[in-house]
Amino acid sequence: MKRFIIHRLLSLIPTLLGISILVFFMIHLIPGDPAEMMLGERASEQSLKAVREQLGLDQPLYVQYGKFLGRLLQGDLGRALRTNENITTEIFDRFPATVELSLMAIIIATIIGMFAGIVSATRQYSIFDYLSMVGSLIGVSMPIFWLGLVLMIIFSVNLAWLPLSGRLSYHIQIETITNLYLVDSILTGNWAAFKNVLWHLILPAFTLSTIPMATISRITRSSMLEVLRQDYIRTAKAKGLAPWVVHYRHALKNAMIPIITVVGLQFGILLGGAILTETIFAWPGIGLWILNGVYARDFNAVQGGTMFIATVFVSINLVVDILYAWVNPRIKVS
Amino acid sequence: MYKKMALGLTLLLFLLTGAAIAAEEPKTGGILVFGRGGDSAGLDPAYETDGNSFMICDNIFDQLVLYADESTEIVPGLATSWDVSEDGKKYTFHLRKGVKFHDGTEMNADAVVFSLGRMMKEKNVKYHKADWKFPEEQPAAEYWLSMEMDELIESIEAKDNHTVVFNLKRVEAPFIANMGMDFAAIISPTAMQKYGRDFRANPVGTGSFKFVEWIKDDRIVLAANKEYWNGAPYLEKVIFRSIPDNSVRFLELKTGNIDICQFPNPEDIELAENDPTMKLVTQPGMNIGYLSFNHTKPLWQDKRIRKAFAHAINRKSIVDNIYYGLGTVAKNTIPPNMWSYNNDITPYAYDPEKAKGLLKEAGFYKKLKEAGQEKITLWSMPVPRPYNPNGMKVGEAMQADLKNVDIDVELVTFEWGTYLKRQRNQPEDMDLFQLGWTGDNGDPDNFLAVLLDGLADPNVRTQWKNEEYHDLIMKGKQALNKEDRTRIYREAQELIHEEVPLINIAHSLVVWPMKNRVMNFKLHPTASVRMHQVWLK
Repeated sequence: MKRFIIHRLLSLIPTLLGISILVFFMIHLIPGDPAEMMLGERASEQSLKAVREQLGLDQPLYVQYGKFLGRLLQGDLGRALRTNENITTEIFDRFPATVELSLMAIIIATIIGMFAGIVSATRQYSIFDYLSMVGSLIGVSMPIFWLGLVLMIIFSVNLAWLPLSGRLSYHIQIETITNLYLVDSILTGNWAAFKNVLWHLILPAFTLSTIPMATISRITRSSMLEVLRQDYIRTAKAKGLAPWVVHYRHALKNAMIPIITVVGLQFGILLGGAILTETIFAWPGIGLWILNGVYARDFNAVQGGTMFIATVFVSINLVVDILYAWVNPRIKVS
Repeated sequence: MYKKMALGLTLLLFLLTGAAIAAEEPKTGGILVFGRGGDSAGLDPAYETDGNSFMICDNIFDQLVLYADESTEIVPGLATSWDVSEDGKKYTFHLRKGVKFHDGTEMNADAVVFSLGRMMKEKNVKYHKADWKFPEEQPAAEYWLSMEMDELIESIEAKDNHTVVFNLKRVEAPFIANMGMDFAAIISPTAMQKYGRDFRANPVGTGSFKFVEWIKDDRIVLAANKEYWNGAPYLEKVIFRSIPDNSVRFLELKTGNIDICQFPNPEDIELAENDPTMKLVTQPGMNIGYLSFNHTKPLWQDKRIRKAFAHAINRKSIVDNIYYGLGTVAKNTIPPNMWSYNNDITPYAYDPEKAKGLLKEAGFYKKLKEAGQEKITLWSMPVPRPYNPNGMKVGEAMQADLKNVDIDVELVTFEWGTYLKRQRNQPEDMDLFQLGWTGDNGDPDNFLAVLLDGLADPNVRTQWKNEEYHDLIMKGKQALNKEDRTRIYREAQELIHEEVPLINIAHSLVVWPMKNRVMNFKLHPTASVRMHQVWLK
């Protein structure tokens, strides 16, 4: 087990190095010069030169990459070109918002998606099965910005049940500790803020959950169907066990492995920033920030932000892998 | 008779309601929520370049001179008066006494020297008493650089606690207008020493509002500065919320969660007009969207050809259909709200027949063939700009207009940064190009020299080179008397009209819907957002 973990940790080094190369050169491949974008119509050769010098963009690419890597090894992501702010600070100001939204979305997606998948599998070809499968098809293909706007118009404008956008109403004060507002409001016992934050989360989290929800329900359905065809299930049924015991205690447990994998993957993807949802709901997360970085050709912000997300993603995968090895000793270093 | 009576009654009613509105006493207190499209990049005015940063700085900081309401007239700010030496190279500013920064420290001559001196390449400054060190590592002061302040300012000296002298390298009348720009704001040196690079997130100035809180990409909160030198503001707090999606921002206004909605979708403006809880505030933007020629190519040297193009393009239709009416057809390069605007100029009428005649007379079709070209290229911006909501669509409209005068046009575009870069080189494959300009300081020189004096600077986008025009612009820079400058710039506009180095298309119009309870909010031509005199009903 120890050898397995060490091996997996070591394999992170080439992975992250590869990512750093990809990220660095890909953003530099996009046409456009940050100095030119900053100065716009008023750019002159002199001012462009001065800005490029100031930003270190006048040096050859390999030197810039070397510096980027050097800083990275010391855990320093550098400063954003557009805002001149420390990128680590920028990320930690925004990442908790994305984590909170993604977690809520993945919880909604998992609960509803798994429930729909199980019911479809156990009542295959029933009306419910067809409905939930059509529903998941719609969920996958629905444009998020459209869904978000429709939900807003129904629940915020017409019914006035939920807030339109943002993370917290301006008249509510919250003491930030982790920047995860739900956690912070619990830690400080601020229940008014807790309710306000939760209310703000519902619409964006539901909007964001539709795609993973659809994927999860489909995977649950097929995985359950496969397990339900196994001999031991027939045996269990033949023993006269109640159907729910067969389905939930015997079948679901074994059907869970692919479901966990998909949930983990989907969560990783959501953490990368839900750009559309964050834009529509004015959610101050990391996706919106990286997008603005791309628009401004803020190389440092995009490199730093992507590197951070990639590291988080790889780490989640590592944890999942280790969990697998722990649960299933047959998985070894091969 | 009845008509006259009705008119009289209407006028009377208008006067009465006007008087009633005028008589309404401003109320103190309340929180105003301003909805905008994006967050600020930073709050240190020296280093910012975007409107979202400046709109916050406008309320936290003051400059030595300020722009008057709804105009670009220069009025006293932190300087109560200023003298210009006879040779025009020495400006002495007399500072307002008793002004305090939000951190309680005194605003004095040394603070001015520090605030502006920190952007200088060669720090040729002299303090009166202070000994503040300039930060060693600084970001690029882009406005300072692009306004070429290093080429203009020789030194800055504090003569005594309330007198600052700027020595210039050359005579430059627009200098005083530059001193009203955001980058020239006076900051608290004490706060800068305390926060260093983090000053950008902890701004301290002398303005009518104090900085309270910044939640990135979410909101910035400002509170009234009750000791403001020009009278305490009415509002207790202002909250600037970032709501990136235009439709959502408008929905927030509709539901009353915000009070002002910046940059709405054109179709939402109509909705706002019909909504009894909302009103519209408009202001012509200080900008120009234009179409120009590649003046380095022989094809475009004949002014009859250029005039023909001015007649061939239906600018009214462009403004009506692509600007959605949120603009005015331009007849001059400078906008109508700028001093020295020449209103006597008659714009070129849309007249394809006349255009064809001129083109034939000048032998354009033959010249085009001789140049080995079957068609001409028209470069159009890939991104919306403040002066042009959709460069490609405007390009398509022009393409269709030119087809009417038997000219085939190929539309060309690049990614924005590449567009700007390639355009500057005036390449052979560019015949016509669209671009525009947003004014910096409200001085006509900032349009007329920057856009058209190709003899003065190789960076001028149009690269039009005309001796007579160059002389006028140089005279305009050196004349220190405003009447003289006005006369010179009016003449320059006549010359532009006659020579058609570019075709003025439109000045865009800024229209922001807001709730009826927002009172006395005025849009400013420089796009600054000032909350000092705003109050809530």
